[in-house]
Amino acid sequence: MCETCGCGDPEIVPIEVQERILSDNDAQAVHNRSHFEHLGVLAINLMGSPGAGKTAVLEATAKAAKGRLKLGAVSGDLATERDADRLNASGIVSSTITTGSACHLDARLVHHALHDFPSNESDVFFIENVGNLVCPAIYDLGQAANVVALSVTEGEDKPLKYPVMFQKADLVLLTKVDLIPHLDFDLAAVRDALSRVMPEAKMFEVSAKTGEGIDTWLAWLESQRPAPVDRPADGHHHHEHSHEHH
Amino acid sequence: MHEYSIVASLIDRVQEEATAHGGVRVHRLHVKIGELAGVELDLLKTAFDTFRERTICEGAELTINTVAPTWACPSCKRNVERGSVLRCEACDRPARMIQGDEIILERIEMEAPNV
Repeated sequence: MCETCGCGDPEIVPIEVQERILSDNDAQAVHNRSHFEHLGVLAINLMGSPGAGKTAVLEATAKAAKGRLKLGAVSGDLATERDADRLNASGIVSSTITTGSACHLDARLVHHALHDFPSNESDVFFIENVGNLVCPAIYDLGQAANVVALSVTEGEDKPLKYPVMFQKADLVLLTKVDLIPHLDFDLAAVRDALSRVMPEAKMFEVSAKTGEGIDTWLAWLESQRPAPVDRPADGHHHHEHSHEHH
Repeated sequence: MHEYSIVASLIDRVQEEATAHGGVRVHRLHVKIGELAGVELDLLKTAFDTFRERTICEGAELTINTVAPTWACPSCKRNVERGSVLRCEACDRPARMIQGDEIILERIEMEAPNV
């Protein structure tokens, strides 16, 4: 009974929870992360606005990494498989996660895609997120690092307008820098904006068109790779979880 | 519009707690949302009002406790102001976020006759 006013209402019990609402996603992300770590794969969550040049950067990366690194990718796309087709053509083993109306990838979608993925041989595995500067930032996918592509045509103040995305970034790729001579783009202003939302602001200037900066980006990827591991012969580790493997 | 998926996870979580505690009706949920969590509060409320129907949360109120972001130097603990360069000038170290990105279910008020 309600003891406060004696009104006779059934007693209302406060239940303390104090837990992240997305704890299910977090648990799935932990599982994905251990999968990548077990295979010695560097997993990168690549985010950015639609048209920021995420796919183009990956195409340029594939060209420059040929013979040096084996690359894999899953691309989140609302409706088509165009990105994965482009990536496959550039030499990155890739598949699509079609999200329908969902504006972001979550750890469960990535997990399903990993089970169906044609190869476990990647040195670097890109998770190309849905083009969106808001929603993808809040879902951990099990990646080792978040990389945000920001194109010079988007304006210098993007980091201040979308602080959540940039605060979660480990690295920003400033893309399409070959266009700077045609724009009033202030490099110092974008660096200043980043330093106000991203504590360890790190930005590389790249152009998928001219190849500028792609070597610096590749060197960074190399530096982030985990120590080599002995890959299991069957290409899949025996992890403990409750779902069925297909 | 990830607010809908957040609300779906929220209602699932509340259902679990209700089952565990023999709850029959939820009166109020208290959630804590950081201003830099990437959650739009109006959208969250709309999503909750839409999704709560025909669930354990039908008719329940949502109380949102917002948290302003703060950063501090990991060495000298000095506060680094929002909007300024996120670095401690004295120690020359990147600031660390102390709070402001949380998406947390704090408390559920429910009718649980058997508790």
